Amino acid sequence: MNIQELIHLVNGVLLTPKSNLNREVKGAFAADLMSDVLAAIQPEAVLVTGLCNPQVIRTAQMAEVAAVILVRGKNPPAETINLANQEGIPFVSTPFGMFEVCGRLYSSGVKSLERPVDPDFCDCG
Amino acid sequence: MDDHQLSRRPITDQEAQYITRTEELAYELKVEEVMTREVKCLAPDMKMHQALELFRTERISGAPVVADGVLCGVVSLEDLIRCLTNNDLDAQVKEYMTANPITISHTDPVVEALKLFVTTRHGRLPVVDSDRRLLGILTKGDITLGLLQALQKDYQIEEVRRYRASHLFEDIVSDRTSLILRYNIKPRDFVHGGTASSNLKRALLRLGANPQIARRCGIAVYEAEMNLIIHTTNGGVIRAEIEPHQISIEATDDGPGIKDIELAMRPGYSTASDEVRELGFGAGMGLVNIQRCVDSMKLESTWGKGTRLRMKLFMKPENTVGEGHSSP
Repeated sequence: MNIQELIHLVNGVLLTPKSNLNREVKGAFAADLMSDVLAAIQPEAVLVTGLCNPQVIRTAQMAEVAAVILVRGKNPPAETINLANQEGIPFVSTPFGMFEVCGRLYSSGVKSLERPVDPDFCDCG
Repeated sequence: MDDHQLSRRPITDQEAQYITRTEELAYELKVEEVMTREVKCLAPDMKMHQALELFRTERISGAPVVADGVLCGVVSLEDLIRCLTNNDLDAQVKEYMTANPITISHTDPVVEALKLFVTTRHGRLPVVDSDRRLLGILTKGDITLGLLQALQKDYQIEEVRRYRASHLFEDIVSDRTSLILRYNIKPRDFVHGGTASSNLKRALLRLGANPQIARRCGIAVYEAEMNLIIHTTNGGVIRAEIEPHQISIEATDDGPGIKDIELAMRPGYSTASDEVRELGFGAGMGLVNIQRCVDSMKLESTWGKGTRLRMKLFMKPENTVGEGHSSP
């Protein structure tokens, strides 16, 4: 699936108009905790998040994220959009919530790009 | 380039921040750098049927009219149609040409030409010097081509930069060569959080590091950088020493220090404030993430004195930075 199709799927608005919409996403990952993103995401995923500060884009850049979808129609601060433009990361805002977005992606065949939890670091007994 | 944006409304400060490289280039490039220099011209006393013949053979839809090198008019398709309607092909060019056409100076930036194309709806602009001598002709196609070539040049410059950097370790001969990068991190500077790790990652890629090494290094340093921003009293320093076979990183600060290192290393343990948690950090996974990304990690801290985090990534022989030596 490419970014253009992704935007259509989530009724999204592209916040970075100069983005390359033909870029392919290999799967998806959803989290609000950036440490979780850094810990478990695999390259070229679309990141679904409710967080809209510049750290989202920095994290996306470090984790080689293909696009960021911001849920619940949030209007991110200008610094975040600027950084997304600067780093060439497509940034999309959708009116849907996290669950709805994930559901739509999953039922359209988008796979999870979340690395399984390493049992050595699992703390849940 | 969005013509509407240029012509219809002023660009707000906020939009101005998003100016792309292409738009920047439209201001940097001069008309003379992109114009077509070899122009098919007409003379004022030529016949209109000669103009028709020129348009047909050259497959053009307009031509400047020049007398002694000085521009005196242009003949467009519209002028030619007017002449054909009058069945007047034996008339002289000067009778049907548009005199005193709109021109652009060779020293003007390309963006001025774009504005003229939009406001005048002309398809081509004669390019003149201050004495109205014809130097060339400019179409939107010339601008597109010029911008593409300039972007290509940008790309090549980055390629050259990358090439030079990747040969750094080969070109400089010593018993042990290393490159040291230092980044000063300010406390509570959340806005710039991640800038240092982002720059370090870029440097590694330019140096020809394997993308996976650069990614692991980027993530580890990003977490360390966020730790300095979140927890320290006076900020700290990240120092990365890059060698062909390994990357050694040190993040140091002068306080407050960690009370219980074992506890700090436990996944999910965090002392971060709500403000930090709202940024998506402080989940108690930072040090765990770092440990996962690096080959060796050493955390030392004295409460009240400060903390020193040392990390190392080793490159396998096929992954060495630059082209050089695989082992010291």
